[in-house]
Amino acid sequence: MLIVAVVLIVLALVYYLLSTIGSLMRITTGLDDAIAAVTEIAEKSAPVEAVVKDINHNLDAGVDLLEGLLVKKAGLVDAMGLVEGLYPGAAAAGLRNFPDSAQVRPPRISEVYTKGTLTLARLGREAPIAAASPNGPVLRNIEGGSLDARLLYPEGRQSRPERLPRSPVIGTGAPVQYPPSEQRGGTTPDEGEAREKGPWAETAAEGVVPAELGGSDAPREMLGEDPQLGSEALGETTGSDEPATDTGIDPAAGDEADATTDGGPARPDGEEPDLKDAGAPPRQVDQ
Amino acid sequence: MTLWWIGDVLLIAVVLPVVVYLLKGVLDAARSIEPSVTRIAEAAGAGSKDLDAVPLLLTTQAHVKTTVEVVAGYGGSLDVIIDDAE
Repeated sequence: MLIVAVVLIVLALVYYLLSTIGSLMRITTGLDDAIAAVTEIAEKSAPVEAVVKDINHNLDAGVDLLEGLLVKKAGLVDAMGLVEGLYPGAAAAGLRNFPDSAQVRPPRISEVYTKGTLTLARLGREAPIAAASPNGPVLRNIEGGSLDARLLYPEGRQSRPERLPRSPVIGTGAPVQYPPSEQRGGTTPDEGEAREKGPWAETAAEGVVPAELGGSDAPREMLGEDPQLGSEALGETTGSDEPATDTGIDPAAGDEADATTDGGPARPDGEEPDLKDAGAPPRQVDQ
Repeated sequence: MTLWWIGDVLLIAVVLPVVVYLLKGVLDAARSIEPSVTRIAEAAGAGSKDLDAVPLLLTTQAHVKTTVEVVAGYGGSLDVIIDDAE
């Protein structure tokens, strides 16, 4: 009986101990795999810190540059307005290098600048919409990218652009002489006016009869043998608002002024007009 | 002789069950660790595989540096062609 009991106990010990040993060996194998993988993680992530620090350093430099440039060019208030216009709510966080920017009340600058301008600013100079602009990319255009936007702000006394175009010089001393075919009265549409008014204005700029089609300012060999009127006889517009006569037309008549009723010297009150040179009325038989 | 029989009965009825109970507890504990170790090994392997993209950070680093240089050049040009705020 005792032998049987001992044998049973030994068998139980053998079974359970062998099973436990097998389980611990599998655990050891699993831990070895885990340790190897963790070691790889440590090796692979070792250089990450330095690389990420360098990336962050460069990005910080970029942020400093853009924030500084934006504030320098637009001013702190307008800069915050531009930021708010591009990314609503971002102005509340302020600019990193300008702690006071968080207290700035951003102007509603997106209502001043056109949506296209904001889109260009958001997308950058390579934006397709900028490339498609007939005037070229706005952000590369000095006048289109800066001057037009600044002119949106009215000034009490217009001071920009600093070099306003000079008043036109007319007459024979004018720096630009227009051939007769380009002007028979009024003004010749310049490039800006033609662009504003459309294709018909460009046609008008070509004149009544272009020189290449035999207009009055065409070369002599293209004209007839005896043109009745030369360019000298056709004359040219004065390009001036000054009256052609000494007395001119009475400006008091306004837009309804007429040379036959408002022209001539002022007649004293009570005096009858001198009609001695007036033509005789038609005879009855002639009527 | 009677004491031997009493001892044998106690050995079979008391000691053997206690021994079996304790050994079974150790075995169950060891077996319960196996799945956890397996999951740890799988997670560590997956994490290590995810970090295979770490060398791409070197490319990112170079691109960021180039981009910032371009932005700096672009900003410098803007600084020249656009007037400062008044």
